[in-house]
Amino acid sequence: MTVTHPPAETLSVLDRPNSYIGKTVPRPNLDRLLQGRGQYVSDLELPRMAHVVFLRSPHAHARIAAIDADTARRMSGVIAIVTGRELEAVITPWVGVLSHLKGLKSAPQHAIAVDRVCWQGEAVAAIVAISRAAAEDAMEHIAVDYEELAAVTDMRTALDPATPVIHASLGDNLAFERTLDAGDVDHALSESEVVEAEFVFGRHTGVTLEPRAVVADWNAAEARLTIYQGTQAPHMVQNIAALHLGLREAQVRVVCKDVGGSFGIKVHIYADEMATYALSKLLRRPVKFVADRIESFNTDIHARDHRCRGRICVRPDGTITAFEIDDLTGIGPYSMYPRTSAIEANQVVNLVGGPYVTPNYRARARVVFQNKNVMCQYRAVGHPIACSVTEGLVDLAAAKIGMDPAEIRRRNLIADDAYPCASPSGMKFEQLSHHSSLAKLLQMMDYDALRAEQAALRAQNVYRGIGIASFIEVTNPSAAFYGVGGAKISSQDGVAVRLDAQGSVICQTSITEQGQGSEALTAQIVGSMLGVSMDRVRVTLGDTDNTPYGGGTWASRGAGIGGEAALQAAKALRRNILDVAAAILQSTPAGLDIVDNRIVNAADSVSRIELSELARIVYFRPDTLPPGIRPELMATRHFVPRQYPFAFTNGVQASWLEVDNETGFVTLLKHWVVEDCGTIINPQLVDEQIRGGVVQGLGAALFEKCIYDERGQLTNANMADYLVPMSGEMPDIEIGHVVSPTQESELGAKGAGEAGTAGAAAAVANAVNDALRPFGATITEIPLTPQVILTSLGRI
Amino acid sequence: MKAAAFAYARATSVVNALELLAVHGDKAKVLSGGQSLMPAMNLRLLSPEILVDIGGLAELRGIAMRGDVLVVGALTRHVDLLRSPEIALNAPLLRDAVSHVAHPAIRNRGTIGGSLAHADPASELPACVVALDATIVARGPTGERRIAATEFFKGIYETALSPDELLVAIEVPVIGQGSTFFFQEYARRHGDYAVVGLAARAVVAAGRFSDLRLGFFAVGDRPLLAAAAGKLINASVNPGLLAEAATALTNELDPQEDQQATAAMRRHLATVLFRRCVAALLARPELEMGVAK
Repeated sequence: MTVTHPPAETLSVLDRPNSYIGKTVPRPNLDRLLQGRGQYVSDLELPRMAHVVFLRSPHAHARIAAIDADTARRMSGVIAIVTGRELEAVITPWVGVLSHLKGLKSAPQHAIAVDRVCWQGEAVAAIVAISRAAAEDAMEHIAVDYEELAAVTDMRTALDPATPVIHASLGDNLAFERTLDAGDVDHALSESEVVEAEFVFGRHTGVTLEPRAVVADWNAAEARLTIYQGTQAPHMVQNIAALHLGLREAQVRVVCKDVGGSFGIKVHIYADEMATYALSKLLRRPVKFVADRIESFNTDIHARDHRCRGRICVRPDGTITAFEIDDLTGIGPYSMYPRTSAIEANQVVNLVGGPYVTPNYRARARVVFQNKNVMCQYRAVGHPIACSVTEGLVDLAAAKIGMDPAEIRRRNLIADDAYPCASPSGMKFEQLSHHSSLAKLLQMMDYDALRAEQAALRAQNVYRGIGIASFIEVTNPSAAFYGVGGAKISSQDGVAVRLDAQGSVICQTSITEQGQGSEALTAQIVGSMLGVSMDRVRVTLGDTDNTPYGGGTWASRGAGIGGEAALQAAKALRRNILDVAAAILQSTPAGLDIVDNRIVNAADSVSRIELSELARIVYFRPDTLPPGIRPELMATRHFVPRQYPFAFTNGVQASWLEVDNETGFVTLLKHWVVEDCGTIINPQLVDEQIRGGVVQGLGAALFEKCIYDERGQLTNANMADYLVPMSGEMPDIEIGHVVSPTQESELGAKGAGEAGTAGAAAAVANAVNDALRPFGATITEIPLTPQVILTSLGRI
Repeated sequence: MKAAAFAYARATSVVNALELLAVHGDKAKVLSGGQSLMPAMNLRLLSPEILVDIGGLAELRGIAMRGDVLVVGALTRHVDLLRSPEIALNAPLLRDAVSHVAHPAIRNRGTIGGSLAHADPASELPACVVALDATIVARGPTGERRIAATEFFKGIYETALSPDELLVAIEVPVIGQGSTFFFQEYARRHGDYAVVGLAARAVVAAGRFSDLRLGFFAVGDRPLLAAAAGKLINASVNPGLLAEAATALTNELDPQEDQQATAAMRRHLATVLFRRCVAALLARPELEMGVAK
């Protein structure tokens, strides 16, 4: 790894002695996880706990005429069988809309379908039994009489007058439409070369190692519901559960311990989870739901099902003069709750053309309903679509005018000294580094040598390609994402830190951990700010009773927002500690510092008193303190970005691969990423986040697709047929950094969680097309399967 | 995803296993390595009333030379095939094939007998035994019978075994001098079922095939011993003859369409494999280039 730091003008708080910031230190939770002591919801057992299994619709669209569960009800081990109609009395339906997405509409969705099912996999009845196996046995004996209805499956015809309307009350199948027209696209069209293509993206999903899991425990005596759930946003779950169960938020506690992967899949409110909360309240006992793999494929949100027609205008000198897109996406029968299913298309409109200078940009995005599983936000929401369209068009433009792909980018990327500035879609950029990132990338990959190697190999009938993709990434979202639209999803986060009686630190944060390293980075920041070694910092997260209020971990916000709250809270506690220390030592706070768990003289670092001794005096001998001193060895701070709606980051990726032109198989040889996420707290965590993100992007590029038939049946809902990327097919991924800290926070950190996913597929698609150029083939569809490639080559 | 309730019996001997199968007939399933059976049961695609677990029958495990026949016990695990010096020496095709079977965790449990009896048309080992001209040894209530591998596979998941029979061993004739092997498959990811695969055994002398057995898999409902190979035996192989044989091959194939490939793609890939195989076996790389640019 190489890190380029800008020259520091002055020492910041990050440069304190023995700082952990910028250092690869092991995650504090590693030993616990590696020794099998993780606490996943799937493992949780409570007294009297029942298990729920959902009978799910085999049809994409059908009326439920009758449900006969008499036989099943009498089976051994069965506690209850509950239909949607019965559960309605306990939990109210919801509508997934946000007011700032003007015109977005959706229909009321129930925890369990009432009268009608709208996708294959929607729950029709809940079977609660003493074990999952007993519930599955009973499920086989429930007879449901369905009257099949016409299913809307093809997004391209969803708006046709002849196509049935899924929700009659909405009038049509259009959930949301957004248009944008900036600058003068028509003029650009008239005076430039125009290249056009339709980009097609396969619907895919997150595939977490641990499926969605929840244990809901209604305690009637306390009138309180405890929800143990693998979620990214505990306070959001608390708010929504309370709202729909008719409870006050104080009556709901959400506990989220270890989570086996999330990737955005676990930031939503799912109908079966809501049903589980309601069943616990109804049955007055703990109820556990753990999705199995088939349920995960059929109900975990899908994403990226887009068809996007794009145009780029370019002058012979390489100047890009306009982008234009018309994006269409099918989101399933409901807009997902509460974040909605319009965000991805909205994001595509926001981001296309984003790295480039041209002010001319026209866009339309339409979001339509269909009878398939719901789509919503998954890692790098909208970014891979926007990046693939933009970068695919840039490569097509370069090919059209005969310019090298690196050169056309050099001529059009926003200059590194042009900031702050805004994109044609109104995105505000504080400080990006496209040119230094591209320069670094080309140097890392030895671009010219690679081009020479490519040419030499072509002479031997070996077809290799190079693909480059610049990208921007939305991180650190303010209230502009959800809060302004009326959703009770906090964009601020809080951290409380306190010194215990032996000088260790207890830290509670509202961000959550699903493997990103939230716990580690919080401990690194707090330890650094306080002058306390990390082994003395204990971080608590994922419990609405025991952490400050906050948003959680999603949208690449944990480090940037939660990290800054941790920094400020630790600074406040440090001041409080030094105030007490000054009183004890008859010094001044400014004359003292905390280093290595002890108070030292700021000037000469001479040790004065151990923190443990200070804590002993404060907690057990306050009588010995000077009069008037009231020690406060706990501090809480909250943070939310205010100046910029989002802290944009940027980066660039490159792929080097080989296409077997006879078989259509692609071998990934190497992948490079240069990324600018501002201050790097833990280099290894950042790099592995990026690598993980790249791998998910490579999965999209080559393997992953939810394959629906024309009747709305998901035909590959298992791990044998839905191909996730595996290590054997992955290339080495080399990562470099450019560092442009955000000035909005003292920490300066921006997000890094989605950068890898944002640009990986675009780089691969461009590389495949580069490899196929001698054959005159161009493919603008992912996944790039052997079938797609052979078809494009005319081999089959 | 929990299996329906089933009874379980752990066989104490082959005789005991056969008794259990005789009692339960097609309501029983034989549990060997369990790598295909258990997922199918958890998905409730199969709900046998009883599992007859033969995992403890040491008499069915092991690899040994008997004269010029290599005998492989039905319970021999994939990992054993991968590591066995006898296999490496006498039937390296099996070793090469097994490295394409799934992943180490599965190879540690899966058995050759289980794989053959399961008869998935896209799996590797059935094509290997066809290419190796092996014999499947089955034992039933009336004794033992030997079935040529080419007669053993009857369709998707269908074999010549009857419900009261147990596959006990595989006998592979060892040719020795001049024999050479080729194994390759096209799979979306390493360890996946093949889109198309080929297991081949050849005897090459003076640049010509004196024997050539091509066992294609994932191109029909069972492994296919390609008759088109005959065109290349005792012939001077040139691009024209190779193209002619490839055309004959595509006429033999009856591939299924699935999510990985259309029938046309499977035919195409089979011919690519065919050419690459012949080029490799004859050590003539120039024969690989068959597709007009």
